[in-house]
Amino acid sequence: MITMGIDLGAKNVKVVILKDNKVVAKSNVLAGFEVTKNAQKAIDMALKKAGITKDDLDKVVSTGAGEKLAPFYDETKSMVGCDSLGAVYLHPATRSVIDVGAEEGRGMRCDETGKVLDFEVNEKCAAGAGAFTEAMSRALEVPLEEFGALSLKATEEIPMNAQCTVFAESEVVTMVHNKVSKANMAKAVHDAMASRISSMIRKIGFNKDVLLVGGVAKNVGFVESLNKDLELKVVVPKDPEYVGALGAALAAAGWKGGK
Amino acid sequence: MEQEALYPTEKLKCWNEAKQIRMKYYQDYAEARNKGGIRWAGGAWTFDAIPAGLGEDVYPITSEPYGATIAFDKDLSLECMEAAEKEGYPRDLCSYMRNYWGSILIDKYPFGYNDTGEFVARFQGAKPLGFPKPDFIWQDHICCSHAKWYQVVSDLEGGIPMFTVDNAVGPANELTDSKIKFVVEQLKDGIKFLEKVTGREYDDGLLFKAIRNHFVSTSKWAEICALNKAIPAPLDEKSIYSLYVLGTLQKAGKQVADFYEKTLLPEIKERVKKGIAAVPNERFRVMSDTQPPWSFLSIFRYLEKFGCVSIGSLYTFGLIGQWEVKKDGTWGPKTIPDVEFSSRDQALYEYVKYELHKPEWQHFYSCHLKSDMMIRIAREWKLNGVMLHYNRGCEGLTVGIAENRLALLEAGFPVMAFEGNNADEREFDEARTKAKINAFMETIGAK
Repeated sequence: MITMGIDLGAKNVKVVILKDNKVVAKSNVLAGFEVTKNAQKAIDMALKKAGITKDDLDKVVSTGAGEKLAPFYDETKSMVGCDSLGAVYLHPATRSVIDVGAEEGRGMRCDETGKVLDFEVNEKCAAGAGAFTEAMSRALEVPLEEFGALSLKATEEIPMNAQCTVFAESEVVTMVHNKVSKANMAKAVHDAMASRISSMIRKIGFNKDVLLVGGVAKNVGFVESLNKDLELKVVVPKDPEYVGALGAALAAAGWKGGK
Repeated sequence: MEQEALYPTEKLKCWNEAKQIRMKYYQDYAEARNKGGIRWAGGAWTFDAIPAGLGEDVYPITSEPYGATIAFDKDLSLECMEAAEKEGYPRDLCSYMRNYWGSILIDKYPFGYNDTGEFVARFQGAKPLGFPKPDFIWQDHICCSHAKWYQVVSDLEGGIPMFTVDNAVGPANELTDSKIKFVVEQLKDGIKFLEKVTGREYDDGLLFKAIRNHFVSTSKWAEICALNKAIPAPLDEKSIYSLYVLGTLQKAGKQVADFYEKTLLPEIKERVKKGIAAVPNERFRVMSDTQPPWSFLSIFRYLEKFGCVSIGSLYTFGLIGQWEVKKDGTWGPKTIPDVEFSSRDQALYEYVKYELHKPEWQHFYSCHLKSDMMIRIAREWKLNGVMLHYNRGCEGLTVGIAENRLALLEAGFPVMAFEGNNADEREFDEARTKAKINAFMETIGAK
């Protein structure tokens, strides 16, 4: 059986193709303003990599903020549902999942089949999502790709009180005036963000097997801050940004745990 | 996603009558002075049988349904909110209250007359009508906003005589004779106040009738809600909002008591008997909590796409309904006191003793009392899950919801929480709430 999962996120479109529950292709394209057109691009890239055509697909599931903007799909499934499926597929012991994407932060508890038991979503606030680090890296004039590693060089813990991107930026300005190093400021940003995410995950409860997914999982500074806050080591899978699309493809295949 | 019908369905026969009662209520209030009558303002929870003793031409306007009515008219609500904010009232205050104050500040009533002289809502083409100023304010105080609300109303209107009853005497399970008398004595003082500000002689006979109406309205509403234990549910929550509101307008009014007892209750009994469903594809049952985001009631229709019916809530059941534990241990309508009223003191005592059991007052004292009632509903109404509204527009009813969530989860009921505001649509994100509903429906197996 060949299935496709499309995750139309706030910033990127991710596509995963499975053949008999094994990943055969994936692609990632900026969503931009023409989301449907760019989703088609991502789909075409993945189909090409898999060496198949659209007609070979048995089922397609779409997910993410723009799930209904996919050029074609058979069903939609929630991001929390897809994340949980993808997480349990990658690490069968996983029962808690944190997904931090560009626009949203989510926390889930799930069972061994990837079925969601409880979830929480960060609403109407960028301070618990990737948009926060982007805004702060801009404010500090540090490339986003270097922002995480920079915070690992911090020498001090500086509390950032603001839990809001707008006010956090003004706190950063104050820190600049106080001649705080960029590394310490980067750590302050990640600590604040981790605090918001861990408070969300504490609300639903978690065990030691926590999988961190979504694009922000690639930010080593944030991961470090989150580990410290949760007092454990979260597992970051390879290519964490694809887990939602992987879950969508698994849902299309009717996968419910096991290999 | 759309599923085939499992049960027959039909519209409520009494729908138009309910709408007429509501519209006449707002018209009577607006026109009261034309006929030499009296207008008064107060909360939906106030002891509204008391002003009824001033005569049969005394018309109330209750604040919370008025705030919700404005909220339903998005354009008017935004005007009201912005007017209140311009005056310096911040956005974190009660959003019903801000709509109400805004309506005074911009001098707009959400109703009026259309070209053919019919009394209709403003968004249905009514010509502008100013806010009809009340003659006095009769309020209660259990929620911190309640008394302050009308203090500001009085100030904005240039000074309106106001009486507020402190009914925060503790939960019903700790009720004592002295606590009841504490409230009764205030009501007696209040009657003297009403005589003084209106110049009218108080009629105990009218008071007795109004208290009797109150007993009937509140007990019969509970009986109607109890019928929703049936599968399929004869009522869905969106319809319940349109029906419970009559009790919030004038629970001591004969028109409301009669409607609940003689029209709505028999019709709902008939629906249960015939298996008529509110949602014909009902497969899953949930309840909500606190006021809904009034301008987005569409979320309840959205649930129906998954074969899910929201059967009501502690809020809709217990804001007006009075309940008691029956012999079999289940919740049912509170028994109407079998007493003849012989004096003002005795009638007021019975009235207060009965009313202080209002379920929606109990969780102002303890979130655990609320959790117990919610878990009871979840079990007896056979629910698959609960949707909780973290309502930024009403602190009073939102405090403790996080505790309720934990208690419900511990009792084995999946819970979805969403953020919003009952009357300030700027604080509700429809797309994200629907995305959460999608995920929740997957969790309970409806998708």
